[in-house]
Amino acid sequence: MANSSSRLAHQFDDLLQQQEASNLGMWAFLATEVLFFGGMFAAYAVYRSLYYEAFVAGSQHMDVLLGAVNTAVLLLSSLTVALGVHAVQRGDNATLTRYLLMTIALGSVFLVIKGFEYSHKYAEGLIPGIRFTLEGPNHVELYFILYFVMTGFHALHMMVGIGIMTAMIIMTRRGRFSPEYYNPIEVSGLYWHFVDIVWIFLYPFFYLIRVHP
Amino acid sequence: MSGHHVSRKVYVAVGLALLALFVLTVGIAYIDLGPFNIVVAMTIATLKALLVVLYFMHVRYSSRVTWVFVSASFFWLVILLVLTLSDYFTRGV
Repeated sequence: MANSSSRLAHQFDDLLQQQEASNLGMWAFLATEVLFFGGMFAAYAVYRSLYYEAFVAGSQHMDVLLGAVNTAVLLLSSLTVALGVHAVQRGDNATLTRYLLMTIALGSVFLVIKGFEYSHKYAEGLIPGIRFTLEGPNHVELYFILYFVMTGFHALHMMVGIGIMTAMIIMTRRGRFSPEYYNPIEVSGLYWHFVDIVWIFLYPFFYLIRVHP
Repeated sequence: MSGHHVSRKVYVAVGLALLALFVLTVGIAYIDLGPFNIVVAMTIATLKALLVVLYFMHVRYSSRVTWVFVSASFFWLVILLVLTLSDYFTRGV
């Protein structure tokens, strides 16, 4: 590719070293993200163990099916991102664009479903600080605070991810990527997968506490 | 350009494995295992996360220094969780 050498920033010896550096940079950022969500995971673990019955009572108001659909949607979106990386490695930018569009579509489906869930919670009066009318065990409100803070921050990350993937489509259409240079695709993919991993934990945390009869 | 390219087949297989583990975690949630429900759910979630990190995020094929970064983020998470929880769980209230 004629333009791939122009993609090499002057501080790097070669494109491989440059890719290694950008991947490491992303992993350093993701390490901070792990600890960002980790703090909330710790809060969840402490309060769940202290007020287990309240958490069970709160989780009875979750829609297990909608949560399941969303989990499947996100897992599929990670697969489309991975296949997108595979496409750009072969220089197939049309397929890359298709997979990025599918990723954005799946991410949007997730957010729309999340929006429906949030609006149901509002209708049922389950949003702490805004409209909370549930008469339950002590501390049941704490379950919903953690639910909205953790899924809210996750949804925010999804929105950022959709923005990033949109930028990737524009860059792809401008012919920025080739099998020799696709760092932004790779790095955006790492971010998307991380957000997927967060949801892999949030789903059992909030939806599957006690669903058995 | 990178050292190793994961094949399409591997990606699809990992995707299917993730969906299978997801179905499994929902199914097991409907069986009453007492305190082991959360243990099973977290084990499956960790397995899924591991699959995503190793294959979708290519860590399995990455350089040593990437491994160091990934392990460091996990290690610090463990410090955060273990120190916090060992405090709360040993207060005897």
